[in-house]
Amino acid sequence: MRGFLYVFAALAVIGLAFWAYQENYTTQTAVREVRGLYSEIGAAHDRLQMLRAEWAYLNRPDRLADLADLNFDRLGLLPLRPEAFGQVGQIIYPIPPILPITDPIELSSDTLALEEDPL
Amino acid sequence: MRTPLRPLARILKAREKGENPDVIEAENRARRHAAEQDKARSRAEGRLLLLGLMFFCAFIVIGGRMGTLASSVPEEPRAAAEGNPIIGQRADIVDRNGRLLATNLDTFSLYAHPRQMVDPARTATQLAAIFPEMDADRLLADFTGERRFLWLRRQMSPEQMQAVHDIGSPGLLFGPREMRLYPNGSLAAHILGGARYGREGVSSAEVIGVAGVERQFDTFLRDPANEGAPLQLSIDLSVQAATEQVLAGGMALMNAKGATAVLMDIHSGEIIAMASLPDFDPNSRPQVATTGDQSDSPLFNRAVQGVYELGSVFKLFTIAQAMELGLVNANTMIDTTSPLTWGRFRIRDFRNYGPQNSVTNVIVKSSNVGTARIAIQIGAERQRDFLGQLGLLRATSVEMIEAPTGAPLLPRNWSEISTMTISYGHGLSSSPLHLAAAYAAMVNGGTAVQPTLLPNPNPQPGPRVISEAVSRSMVSMLRDTVTEGTASMGDVAGYEVGGKTGTADKPRAAGGGYYPDKVISTFAAVFPASDPQYVLITTLDEPVETSGTEPRRTAGWTAVPVAAEIIRRTAPLLGLRPQMDMGEPVGVTLTSN
Repeated sequence: MRGFLYVFAALAVIGLAFWAYQENYTTQTAVREVRGLYSEIGAAHDRLQMLRAEWAYLNRPDRLADLADLNFDRLGLLPLRPEAFGQVGQIIYPIPPILPITDPIELSSDTLALEEDPL
Repeated sequence: MRTPLRPLARILKAREKGENPDVIEAENRARRHAAEQDKARSRAEGRLLLLGLMFFCAFIVIGGRMGTLASSVPEEPRAAAEGNPIIGQRADIVDRNGRLLATNLDTFSLYAHPRQMVDPARTATQLAAIFPEMDADRLLADFTGERRFLWLRRQMSPEQMQAVHDIGSPGLLFGPREMRLYPNGSLAAHILGGARYGREGVSSAEVIGVAGVERQFDTFLRDPANEGAPLQLSIDLSVQAATEQVLAGGMALMNAKGATAVLMDIHSGEIIAMASLPDFDPNSRPQVATTGDQSDSPLFNRAVQGVYELGSVFKLFTIAQAMELGLVNANTMIDTTSPLTWGRFRIRDFRNYGPQNSVTNVIVKSSNVGTARIAIQIGAERQRDFLGQLGLLRATSVEMIEAPTGAPLLPRNWSEISTMTISYGHGLSSSPLHLAAAYAAMVNGGTAVQPTLLPNPNPQPGPRVISEAVSRSMVSMLRDTVTEGTASMGDVAGYEVGGKTGTADKPRAAGGGYYPDKVISTFAAVFPASDPQYVLITTLDEPVETSGTEPRRTAGWTAVPVAAEIIRRTAPLLGLRPQMDMGEPVGVTLTSN
């Protein structure tokens, strides 16, 4: 009985040692992986930070005002003024679609206009 | 094998000889004791040895660990680190909508190890070609001298870095740096302040705030426990930009040497925009002026640090207090015969407004004499208490490092004549920010307001200063001043602007009276009058409007049009809808069922 216990204990020690060895290396791999991920996130964060700074720089009010001035012909942008506010009542109702003409009536003036057309 | 105590052979032999056999027993017993003692001692020695060995090992391990810790480079325990170990930078500053006001940029510094240089002369020439501020001869002297280490640049652009790379000298080295960047340039420069490098090393440098909120919140911005959470201010970027743009234009038009504007939410005390001109670029903050007047430096924040006698804008406080005390009401007639003589002093009005005027007209026409007469009824003690409640007697609590330097200048002896002059804004100097907070208290229903640069979404009403009824009549008097009084140019269609003008002569810097042709003109506006939301204080320093035949300096001609334009531009940005009279919609009957 005692011998069996000794053998069992020795086997347990070997097993646990093997498990601890494996765990140790798994942990080290995980830590290395985390470190890699951290540096990756850090780099991404730096990139993001740079992009945010660039975005803010390109959207600075001075530059936008200058661009609005430069492209006034095309865009016609003005500072927001009180007149820009409207009321719901100022919006027209949608124009009903024109029904297709199924029965056209020929008018003498139509041909007349065509003849007089200098082009 | 165990020896018996009384071995039979020896006992028998002893008995034969007639000896005492007990002696044999005693002898054997003593021997056995000695043997047991020897055994115990050797076991104890063994144990001691083992214990000593264990202690020795433990000490060796601890000592060895201490040695390795002391000699190795410190390393963060990554696996056990809590929180986010990546964001170690100084936190960003954003406006109330989250738009960036200040951030960091990764860049590199340049330093040299002259001993490692192969060709110092060529390196010096090429460096001088890249960086215009460097001098080839001085660099060469440094490179060939005794020095082992030399800083060359704090920060540089990627293009410059590539050019330095291309020199290919092994003695030129780069160190990573974090650079504070203000992407909007001079926008809100006085609020942000600026930053500089603190302790510098090869591999890193600390960035510390110099002025403004950067300095005030330095600890917060550098605290890694925030995990990069930005500092949010109550400033609105687009409103601030519009304010600064209009103010700069107004300052140029009115030939003023300085200008400031403060736009504040009257309920929460949040500062939505605060501009002070001339301003500077915090990316390259100018040096502090060592000579001349500090208040002429672009670094000087007129809104917070500039304490001026602000003139007639103070009249509203006198009238409000008199009405709160029940001394007058809006229609009480006041003697306004000009001049009013008090001892050896004479108080005059801008022009004679007739022998009597109602309290409303005293405000609308801005009568010094009328206000002074009301102030006599109030008395010095009560006036001082009231102005104290409005926060006009101590520095503002705004979150800027400069705030304590903007402490008001009070008369040494608050005499009766001081009471009279203070009632119309002379003899007491305060900053435009003080005035903004005091006006906010006048028109928000009558509770005191603390100006703040931090968002305050759930404002708690401060201590009551005046009743709601008095506050309402203050708003209507301010509105009357714009519609029919001194601030007629301040009306902005749709926004029901109310306000009070103030034109104060500038006191001579050396003391002794006032300049005849230098004024501080101020317009304190509130809008919209039907439901007050914001106050706007606009102050111009030494303005003069020269479109007429003679130069005009009064606030009604200078500060008021500028303020009106600021309101016209900013009110839509603040989301205020203009109250336009569109007429009733035709053919629509509103019903409910």
